[in-house]
Amino acid sequence: MALPRQIFDTVIVGGGGSGLRAALQLAEAGHRVAVFSKVFPTRSHTVAAQGGIGASLGNMQEDHWLWHMYDTIKGSDYLGDQDAIEFMCRKAAEVVYELEHFGMPFDRNADGTIYQRPFGGHTQNFGERAVHRACAAADRTGHAMLHTLYQRNIRARCQFFVEWMALDLIRDYEGAVVGIVALEMETGQVVVFQAKAVILATGGAGRIYHSSTNAFINTGDGLGMAARAGIPLEDMEFWQFHPTGVAGAGVLITEGVRGEGGILINSNGERFMERYAPTMKDLASRDVVSRAIDQEIKEGRGVGPEKDHVLLKLDHLGSETINKRLPGIREIALKFANVDPSREPIPVVPTCHYQMGGIPTNYYGQVVAPRGSNHSEVIPGLYAIGECACVSVHGANRLGTNSLLDLLVFGKSAGDHIVEWLKTNPQHRDLPADCEDLPLSRLARLDSATSGERVSEVGRDMRRTVQHYAGVFRTGTLLREGVAKIRDVAERVGRVAIQDKSQVFNTARIEALELENLIIVAEATLTSAEARTESRGAQSREDFKERDDKNWLKHSLWYLEGGRMDYKPVNLDPLTVESFEPKVRVY
Amino acid sequence: MKFSIYRYNPEKDEKPYMQDYDVALQPSDRMLLDAIIRIKETDDSLGLRKSCREGVCGSDGMNINGRNGLACITPIKDLKEPVVLRPLPGLPVIRDLIVDMTQFFKQYNSVKPYLINDSPPPQKERLQSPEDREELNGLYECVLCACCSTSCPSFWWNPDKFVGPAALLQAYRFIADTRDEAISERLDNLEDPYRLFRCHSIMNCAEACPKGLNPTEAIGKIKEQMIKRMV
Repeated sequence: MALPRQIFDTVIVGGGGSGLRAALQLAEAGHRVAVFSKVFPTRSHTVAAQGGIGASLGNMQEDHWLWHMYDTIKGSDYLGDQDAIEFMCRKAAEVVYELEHFGMPFDRNADGTIYQRPFGGHTQNFGERAVHRACAAADRTGHAMLHTLYQRNIRARCQFFVEWMALDLIRDYEGAVVGIVALEMETGQVVVFQAKAVILATGGAGRIYHSSTNAFINTGDGLGMAARAGIPLEDMEFWQFHPTGVAGAGVLITEGVRGEGGILINSNGERFMERYAPTMKDLASRDVVSRAIDQEIKEGRGVGPEKDHVLLKLDHLGSETINKRLPGIREIALKFANVDPSREPIPVVPTCHYQMGGIPTNYYGQVVAPRGSNHSEVIPGLYAIGECACVSVHGANRLGTNSLLDLLVFGKSAGDHIVEWLKTNPQHRDLPADCEDLPLSRLARLDSATSGERVSEVGRDMRRTVQHYAGVFRTGTLLREGVAKIRDVAERVGRVAIQDKSQVFNTARIEALELENLIIVAEATLTSAEARTESRGAQSREDFKERDDKNWLKHSLWYLEGGRMDYKPVNLDPLTVESFEPKVRVY
Repeated sequence: MKFSIYRYNPEKDEKPYMQDYDVALQPSDRMLLDAIIRIKETDDSLGLRKSCREGVCGSDGMNINGRNGLACITPIKDLKEPVVLRPLPGLPVIRDLIVDMTQFFKQYNSVKPYLINDSPPPQKERLQSPEDREELNGLYECVLCACCSTSCPSFWWNPDKFVGPAALLQAYRFIADTRDEAISERLDNLEDPYRLFRCHSIMNCAEACPKGLNPTEAIGKIKEQMIKRMV
């Protein structure tokens, strides 16, 4: 069967913050770029980011990119690559100013500069005290940023394929990526898109967890595509639990609440973070705060009839600050927790929020994988940016505000790199003859399966398995059991059946395809977590409580084929400054 | 809980029909979207858009018991049974609760919804006072769900000529931005018997907006600016 074909210079899969930033760089340089998105671009999950974008503008207090770099490395529990972290922190001010020039409605200080608020783990002078570094548009920073970037892309006349789902990458016989196969949701049509470069910008896969702040669309499609194409996934054991998801609902309450002065209290009314992080208290990094909350709950100081959450108190901030700086939080608290935060505290619990791992890249966004003696050989034609990528700037634990920064810096950097790359690679490479086989066989199986389990049932079991076996605290026994269980679920995914076989906007088919991607991420997560016998950042093992730099200062690489693990060293060499040697992490 | 839901699949249905569902809810189901997902677990052919499930992405706009709203932030307890769900009115239906938003976004694009400022930018940020920035509140928060425009009779009758409340709100978001240099061009672009002036201030838009925004007020301010520049 010969599918229809279209040709572009660059194909971008994903229309969130990083995809749109890259698209802008390419469209403004005059290249034929096509952006594919499962949803209208402003519905991408970047829209839900709340607190701010980290950049050492120093608008309100003295600040320096080197302090930001130190905080990020320390936050990463030294698993972040220091070249990429220096690159990101040095570029931060530039990309924030650009965004302002694009029209971003940042909040302002009295002198007209961009308002900045304190955020977890961001400090002055290498950990001395909290610093105002998060550039904010109220508590809707992601919404304001995503809309601004989309608007700028309208101006640049970028071409969008809205409500298309990318199915698979196309690699040629030399391993170069030469295009994608994608499905138009409205018609069910499948099309081959040939490109000189493909950027994966598909976001995270937080929907592998039962309790997640993530949108329904966060199903790791880019990770599934990469893994099926033989590319390893890096550091997949590291999932960030945000300390403050609304208990029961999972909806995010920004760390900006604590940045503005909110505090966490237990059933005794105690501000318990003072015990866990004497200097930064409620603004310690997220892994530290989430563990502290879980510890309080485990020791019986949780709140509520089940003693299963804690409280986020912000009534002391006053209605004026809440209405001005945290209006979206007030809305969420009223709607999802039934509390008016200017009077009562919000019930919160650590909730899966962010995927630190992903498709391995360098700081140009080029996807890299081991080959022979080179642990990071570039895969020609393929880039990955944003949450689906692992550069790695977040290492074992991301600092709040660094995700939006990551989208801007590496979106732009990948765009710039492709502009240069196209100069020396002006021709399209040939498509291999079998390029349609994999995606068409996946679709054919779904079309022909007449009996089998429902996607919703198997999906629920996957989410519960990951939640139970790869939570905040982990043990070897639990993880081994989890690996076996998730493999069982994976086999069931291969046998699901959908009732609806129609072509027009078949959301049942889309959800089945999404589950095929999610289960890959879930397997990678449990397998990588089981293999890493240490505690670092977001991976906290009760049977290996300490960080083990001697054996584990290295990145995990998981391959779909056989569920095989491999490893590569952490880059401890920054671009221009001295290395930050691993130290004990205290906040 | 009882539901009556608009169904239409162009591949097999000659015309749309209403389908009844009776679904058992769980205690954790708080919002209408939770209930619809329960229905979809038993009937995977029901089509709807959804994403953030917290009212910021604007995907799940639909007509709920005669009123436009976002399913994910509509509490179940406030709904009268049977809950009647229809696609947003006035736009072509692709399937079930999924409408074709092409015309809606065409109008959005027509107001040039991006900052126009061709002066060379400074090294750092362009300055803006907190008071000037406050003018954008109530405007920039729009999630483009189309609940307002599809509750507006003027938009139903002339979706190709009348810009509609959502896009007019965005037009004013840039007119109100002190950093924008194209106010006069923006007003010219709207000075037309249809584009702006088909708004008869019946306020359906403000009533429908799930984010509590007020497009009618923004439209009033555009009209004020037009009068101001005439005198």
